[in-house]
Amino acid sequence: MSVLVIARLTFKEASRRRILLAALLLGLLFLVIYGLGFHYIMRDIEKNFDSSRVLELNEIRNFLLMAGIYVVNFLTAMMTVLTSVDTLSGEINSGTMHTLVSKPIQRWEIVVGKWLGFAGMITLYLILMGGGVMGLIYLRSGYVAPNPIQALALVWLNGLILLTVSLLGGTILSTLANGVLVFGLFGVAFIGGWIEQIGSFIRNVSVSQTAVNIGVITSLIMPSEALWKRAAHEMQSPLVAALGVSPFSSNTYPSVMMIAYAVLYLLAALALAVRLFNRRDL
Amino acid sequence: MYTYPVKVSNSPSLVIETRHLRKVFGDKVAVEDLSLQVERGEVFGFLGPNGAGKTTSVKMLLSLTAPSSGEGSLFGAPLSDPRVRSKVGFLPEHFRFHDWLRAEEFLQLHADLYRMPRDLAEKRIVELLDLVGLTPHAQKKLRQYSKGMLQRIGLAQALLNQPELVILDEPTSGLDPVGRRLVRDIIRDLRQKGTTVFLNSHLLSEVEITCDRVAFIKHGEVVRTSTLQTLVEGELSVEIRARNLSPQALEGLSRWGRNVRADGEHLTLTVDGEADLPDINRYLVEQGADVFALRPQHISLEDLFIQIVGTDGGL
Repeated sequence: MSVLVIARLTFKEASRRRILLAALLLGLLFLVIYGLGFHYIMRDIEKNFDSSRVLELNEIRNFLLMAGIYVVNFLTAMMTVLTSVDTLSGEINSGTMHTLVSKPIQRWEIVVGKWLGFAGMITLYLILMGGGVMGLIYLRSGYVAPNPIQALALVWLNGLILLTVSLLGGTILSTLANGVLVFGLFGVAFIGGWIEQIGSFIRNVSVSQTAVNIGVITSLIMPSEALWKRAAHEMQSPLVAALGVSPFSSNTYPSVMMIAYAVLYLLAALALAVRLFNRRDL
Repeated sequence: MYTYPVKVSNSPSLVIETRHLRKVFGDKVAVEDLSLQVERGEVFGFLGPNGAGKTTSVKMLLSLTAPSSGEGSLFGAPLSDPRVRSKVGFLPEHFRFHDWLRAEEFLQLHADLYRMPRDLAEKRIVELLDLVGLTPHAQKKLRQYSKGMLQRIGLAQALLNQPELVILDEPTSGLDPVGRRLVRDIIRDLRQKGTTVFLNSHLLSEVEITCDRVAFIKHGEVVRTSTLQTLVEGELSVEIRARNLSPQALEGLSRWGRNVRADGEHLTLTVDGEADLPDINRYLVEQGADVFALRPQHISLEDLFIQIVGTDGGL
């Protein structure tokens, strides 16, 4: 299967690039700092340990875990976009695409092959980083957040969506324009998400409704922030969930429909990427 | 727009056939009207100045670019059919490859894309590395390769699947004489094996040595197709040194040839073939001229190229 040949090539290329190495080293550095920070905070708290405050202790652990996964989500997004943003446009530009496309291969196999290669890379990165954060916390304190697998799966889906949009842009845009597009969309989703969250704190009904609407619309344009919010909702402790106050989540969280929408969004973007690449003059 | 009632024949002797292929980028016409027929086993030269649409034509043959109109086939199958490309080898113009791969990995990748079984591919890779003289550099990354080495590995890549058709886009431009010699030898080998070669080039001396038949392209249109033999043997330039030649006698020479020019006792003209030479000599003597020399000179492909395409280079 040519699609697997391209997937293997893409994975190999990404893994030999300095950018992935840099992302891995930074990731490891983050894990080290994170682990040390967690250890010392826990030690401080345990010094004045009072058995009546077990609940509070778990809240702190949960908060720190969410902060860690928040960073992992961000790093995964950056790493995904930076490694994949020039994979199509760069190969079209340099001409390396010519020897690939002139083989007995169909163009969709190149797009899907590249997608699979990067998806494999994202998966490994996320297992390492997300597993690292959760593992460190478990090893130090024995704490396990609610729904860790579901949360990481949503972070993973977020990475895959950014990957797909990055491939889609690469079929028609230059590398630079594509980078602007993908980070732009990511930024729009991020701002929209925060507007929605702030809106949900405000008591004034008309203001908050407008803010929520803005959030919903930006989530439809780019569901990445919505997926994070849902991931945070999955992981948050029952107490925070009841209070509805946390920098990482809110009492309005995206529904299962939004997850379904994100999956459809991904499939549609991939189909469009294949279609555009099929028509592209190389 | 009127579209031709295009029919692509399935004649098995035709390896490449195109009918009125046309490619437009925006309002720029890259290829106006390309109709070609390349037969099995021939080495076909595709000649034209820079910007005449040669590379775009090659890209259409390989379906890298879709034609705006017209139709074509490789081995009787439509150009857009990827299966047919399993019989084709291609060396692109700038030979840019995945330069982070080692030479051997690079060939293995392309063997995989040709869906060659592993054991066959391994054998073939050893053979080809030897053929292009890169065996000692098989473990080097392509990034460390010189331009000449990249061209060699690119050629090896184009021959992996023992193709029935090899398309070479400017394979020798910017290469040293040793590299050109290698390309020439490989083309000769391919011809002996009955492989069809489509050579896109503006290096006429190369074409003169290697090709059976050539097409001249100008402004994205084939202006002339001919076998190299009739091209080069047919037309002759004759150089004459004679004295006492009257202006009337000079005029009379135009009966045999074109481009009659006189410069003192030196005369040049172009004739259709060698058969005319004795007649010209007889005529000159009858006219009372003293003929010292009458030298036929075959026209070089370069002269012909300029005659056909024009000195403006088709711009």
